[in-house]
Amino acid sequence: MQATLEWAQKLEGKLRSFLALDPEGALAKAFMLEEKLKKGEEVGPLGGIPVAVKDNICTRRMTTTCGSRILENFLPPYDATVIEKLERAGAIIIGKTNCDEFAMGSSTENSAFFKTRNPWDLERVPGGSSGGSASSVAAYQAYLALGSDTGGSVRQPASFCGIFGMKPTYGRVSRYGLVAFASSLDQIGTFARNVPDLALLTEVISGHDPRDSTSLPEPVPSYSKDLDSPVGNLRIGVPRDLLQEGLTPEVKEAFEEALKIFEGAGFAIEEVSLPHASYGIPTYYLIAPAEASANLARYDGIRFGLRAKGEENLVSLYKKTRGEGFGAEVKRRIMLGTFALSLGYRDAFYVKAQKVRTLISQDFQEAFRKVDLIALPTSPTLPFKLGEKVQDPLSMYMSDLYTIPISLAGLPAISIPIALKNGLPVGMQIVGPALSESLIFKASYLFERESGLSNLKPPIVEELSA
Amino acid sequence: MLKPTIGLEVHVQLKTRSKMFCSCPVEFNAEPNTLVCPVCLGLPGSLPVLNRQAVEYTIAVALALHCEIQPFSQFHRKNYFYPDLPKGYQISQYDLPFSRNGYLTIETEEGEKRIGIQRVHMEEDTAKMIHGESISRTSGYSLIDFNRSGVPLLEIVSLPDISSPQEATLYLMELRAILRTLGVSTANMEEGALRCDVNISLERGTRTEIKNLNSFHSVRKALEYEIKRQEEVLKEKGQVIQETRHYDERAGVTLPMRTKEEAEDYRYFPEPDLVPLKVDPSWIEEVRSRMPELPEDKRKRYKELGLFPQEAATIANNPELANFFDSCLSLGAPGKEVANWLLSEVMKYLNARNLSIIEVPLSPEGLVEFLTVLKEGTISSKIGKMVIEEMLQTGEGAREIIAKRGLAQISDLVLIKKWAEEVIKENPDQVSQYRQGKEQLLGFFVGKVMKLSGGKANPEILNQILKELLSRE
Amino acid sequence: MKITLEIVKHIAHLARLEFSEEELKQFYQQMVELLDHFARISELDTENVPPTCGILPLYNVMREDNPGATLPREEALKNAPEEESGFFKIPTILEAED
Repeated sequence: MQATLEWAQKLEGKLRSFLALDPEGALAKAFMLEEKLKKGEEVGPLGGIPVAVKDNICTRRMTTTCGSRILENFLPPYDATVIEKLERAGAIIIGKTNCDEFAMGSSTENSAFFKTRNPWDLERVPGGSSGGSASSVAAYQAYLALGSDTGGSVRQPASFCGIFGMKPTYGRVSRYGLVAFASSLDQIGTFARNVPDLALLTEVISGHDPRDSTSLPEPVPSYSKDLDSPVGNLRIGVPRDLLQEGLTPEVKEAFEEALKIFEGAGFAIEEVSLPHASYGIPTYYLIAPAEASANLARYDGIRFGLRAKGEENLVSLYKKTRGEGFGAEVKRRIMLGTFALSLGYRDAFYVKAQKVRTLISQDFQEAFRKVDLIALPTSPTLPFKLGEKVQDPLSMYMSDLYTIPISLAGLPAISIPIALKNGLPVGMQIVGPALSESLIFKASYLFERESGLSNLKPPIVEELSA
Repeated sequence: MLKPTIGLEVHVQLKTRSKMFCSCPVEFNAEPNTLVCPVCLGLPGSLPVLNRQAVEYTIAVALALHCEIQPFSQFHRKNYFYPDLPKGYQISQYDLPFSRNGYLTIETEEGEKRIGIQRVHMEEDTAKMIHGESISRTSGYSLIDFNRSGVPLLEIVSLPDISSPQEATLYLMELRAILRTLGVSTANMEEGALRCDVNISLERGTRTEIKNLNSFHSVRKALEYEIKRQEEVLKEKGQVIQETRHYDERAGVTLPMRTKEEAEDYRYFPEPDLVPLKVDPSWIEEVRSRMPELPEDKRKRYKELGLFPQEAATIANNPELANFFDSCLSLGAPGKEVANWLLSEVMKYLNARNLSIIEVPLSPEGLVEFLTVLKEGTISSKIGKMVIEEMLQTGEGAREIIAKRGLAQISDLVLIKKWAEEVIKENPDQVSQYRQGKEQLLGFFVGKVMKLSGGKANPEILNQILKELLSRE
Repeated sequence: MKITLEIVKHIAHLARLEFSEEELKQFYQQMVELLDHFARISELDTENVPPTCGILPLYNVMREDNPGATLPREEALKNAPEEESGFFKIPTILEAED
C-alpha cells in the first residue's frame, strides 16, 4: 500500500487525477487487513485493493465536492451504498478523483479546481466527466476505480485512457449516495485495466438496494466466474446509420480492425438500424438538464455548502450563492433544463424529448431481436487537446454522440481498448440488452485475449518507473 | 346578498410512524433537527422510498370520500425555491393523482348537502421556520427545523360547492370526523395537523384565495369578512382582483399578501426517483373490508332512532362520543334519552374542563343505570343533574350516590299533600290570583314545596296534588 | 419559437442564477444556438408514442412504516453555513407567512 501511495503521489504532479488523497486512512485499513490475514480471517473479494472513487459519490471520511466550489468543503454524514459495499469487500479507498463539475462534461475541464491530464499525452484530456478515475487507473495510481455515467461519462474516459469502463443496466447499481445529475440516466460505473478485474468490481457494487426505489430486484450473477466459458457464435450488430455522423478516419480504421477480430472468433457481423439514435443529442440535452435543474436546486446555501456572504434578501442570497458556486457549464445546463420544463415550452421540449426517447429505446429493442450484442466506437474522435472544445458547447456535446443513445435506453455497455493510433487509445463499445452484463463481459474477455490489449502502460508510466 | 362560491383546499398530516419518503420517526415536540436524515434534509445523493402505510391511509380516505382510486398514479416534482423546502422541489402529485371525483355530505339546516371532492393526493410536508429579530435590529433571521420535513401529507381539494361560511365549517367538521374515525390523522387544526386554504368568489366572479387560517373559527370569520369586502368592492368599483390574501386574526380582516411570487411556474415533471403506483384492487377491497362505520352512516342510524339531525351530527362527528353512545345503545338504553343527557349535562361538564369523554370516569354502564333510575322515578331530572355531575367526577354509580346523599325522591302522597297544603295556606294572594286565571303561578307553588322538601318531592305527583288543591275552592 | 433576452432573464430568475450582463448575453447566444439545434426533434412524428416515464418495468416499490435510524444532530448540522441552538440559521428577512 505504501508503494502504491507513493507512486500515486508521484504521478499526481503530472496528472492531477485526485481531488483528495487519504494516505492515512488507506494505510490504516491496509494494516487492519494484514492483521486479519495473519489470523486466517476473510478479507473479502477486493481485500487490500486500492480503489479510486469519483468525487460525486458520497464518502463520510473524505470531502465530496463533485468538482464544484459550491460543495468545496462538504463532508457527507453518510456513505453511498457502493462505498459500503466496497468497504465490506475489503477494498481500500485511496482517494476521490477529479471530474467535470456535477458530472457535466466530456473532458474534466469543467472541474472548478483543476484539469486532469491524459496519461497517454499530457496535453490532452482524459475524457469526462469521470476523467480523474480513468486516468488514475490508466496510470496505475489505483487498481480499480468507480465513476458515474449519465451520457457516456465512464465509457468515454475509459476509451480516451486506454482502459476498460462499464456502465451497467440502469437500476443494476444503487444510486443511493451518488450525487444526482440526471436521475433517470445516472449509473455508477466501473474502471479497470482488464476484464476479470472489471467484472469483479462490477459484481461487488451491483445489487438491489432498498434505499433506491429504482434499483432492480434481480439477483446479481457471478460476473467474474465463467468469463471464459464459451459464448457460441454471437451475432454482433453495427449501427452504420448512426456512424455516418462525426466518425474520424483513425477511429474508423481501428473499429473496422476490431470487428475483424470478432469475425476471426467466429462471430457474425451484421448491420442494424437505429434510425432515431441520431436524435440522441437533442433528446439527451433536453431531458438530462431538465432533471438536473431540479436535482441542483438543493444547492441553495441553506443547509450545507457555499453560502454567499452579506446577502439579506432571500432571493439575492440564492442567486449570489449559486452564481458564485456554479461554473459556466453547470449554469448553462440548469438554464437549458429550466427552459425545457417552463410554462409554454414544456410540451415542445421536455415531453417531446421523452417521446423521442421511447422511439430510441424501441430501436434498440428491435435491433436486439436480430443480434445478441451491438458494437460501435465509443468516441467519434481520438482524445482531443485541452482547450480544444471548451469554448464551443455544441461541439463538446457532439463527442457523446455514440454513448448517449445507449444511456437513453438504459442499456448496459462496456468500452474496451481496441487500438493505439498515433500513440493515442481508441475504444469500442459493446452494448447488450438489459441485464446482459454477463454476456458483455464474456465477449469483452474474448476480445481482450485475442487482441492482447489490456494492462497497457502509457509512456509516462514507463518513464517514471525507470 | 350575492351568493358566494367557496372551495376549500385542505392539507392533512397522516399519523404514520415514519415519514413519507424516509424512515425518520414522526413525532411532535421533539428537539429541533433530531428527527432527520439525508433524505428529509435533501442532502446530495439521497433518494426517496415510499411509505406503504401512507398509501394505505390514503386508500382509506379516498374510499371514505367516495373517490375513484386511479389504477395508475404517479408522483411529480413541484419545483420552487424556499428555505423550508430542502430539495428545492416538493414530491407531490400533479395530473395523475391518487384519487378523484368524490364527495362528502354535510348536515345543514335545509337538510343533507353533498360537497364534491375534486381530488385526494399524497405529498410531503415542508420544514418549520421561526423568524427572529437580531439585537442590532438592522436585520432579521430565520431558524429552520427539519423534523417536520417529509411528514406525509394528504391534499384534499373540494369542488366549489360550498355556499356559505357556515357550510365551510360543517365541511371541515365532517372531514375532521372522517379522518379521526379512520384513525389516519388527529386532524387537529390548532396543532397544524389540518391546514386549510379557501377560495371564494361572489356570483361566480373573480376568486380570491385566503391563507393562514388556524382554526375552524378563523375560517368562518375570514369568509364572513371576505364576503362583505367583496360585496363592497363590487358595489363601488366593480372588479374584485384575483389575488392571495391572508387572514389577520387580531384585526379580523383579510389583507393582500405582500408580494410573494408572481404566478409561480412549478415546472412539474414526473419524479424519476420513484416508480409509478398501480394499486392492486385486492388491496383496495381489503382496506374497504376493514373500514369502520363512517360519520355519515352513524348520523343516518341515529336519526332513525329519533335523534334530530343536529344531535345526530354532533355525536356522529365525535368518534369517542359516538363509541360511548353506541355502547349505551348496545346495553339496551333508548337512544333519544341517552342523547339528551350526553348532549346537555355531560357535554357541558366536558367542555367546561376541556376534556373528552374518554378522560372521565363515567362509563356507558353507568349512564344506562342512571337512566334506569330516572325512569323508575327514584329521582327527578333536576336531582339527576346533580347526580350525573358527581358521576362524572367520581365514577360512582347512580344508586350509590343517591343512597349516600339520600337524594331519593319523595313520592309519599301524604307528606307531599301536607307540604302543599302548608304552602297554599301561607300564600293566599297567589292562590286567589291562580284561581282567577294566572295559571303560570303553578310554578311558584311547585318551587315553594320543592324548597320545603329539599328538592326531593316527586314533581309529577306534586303537580297533580297542587292542581287538585288549587282548583278546589 | 422566438427566444428573447427577456425570456432568458426570466429563466435565470426561475433557476435563481445570477449573471453579469456580459455572461447573460453570452448565455443568450448559446441558448439560442443550442435550442435551435435541439428543436430538430420536432421533425419526428410522435403521435402515438408515450413519453418514457421510467426505463424499468417496476411499480409499487414501497417500504414498511418502521421508524429507523436518524442522523445525530451534530452530523445533520455539521455542514451548515450557520446554526443556532440546534436550528439551521439564515440571516434574511422573510415575510411572515408561515
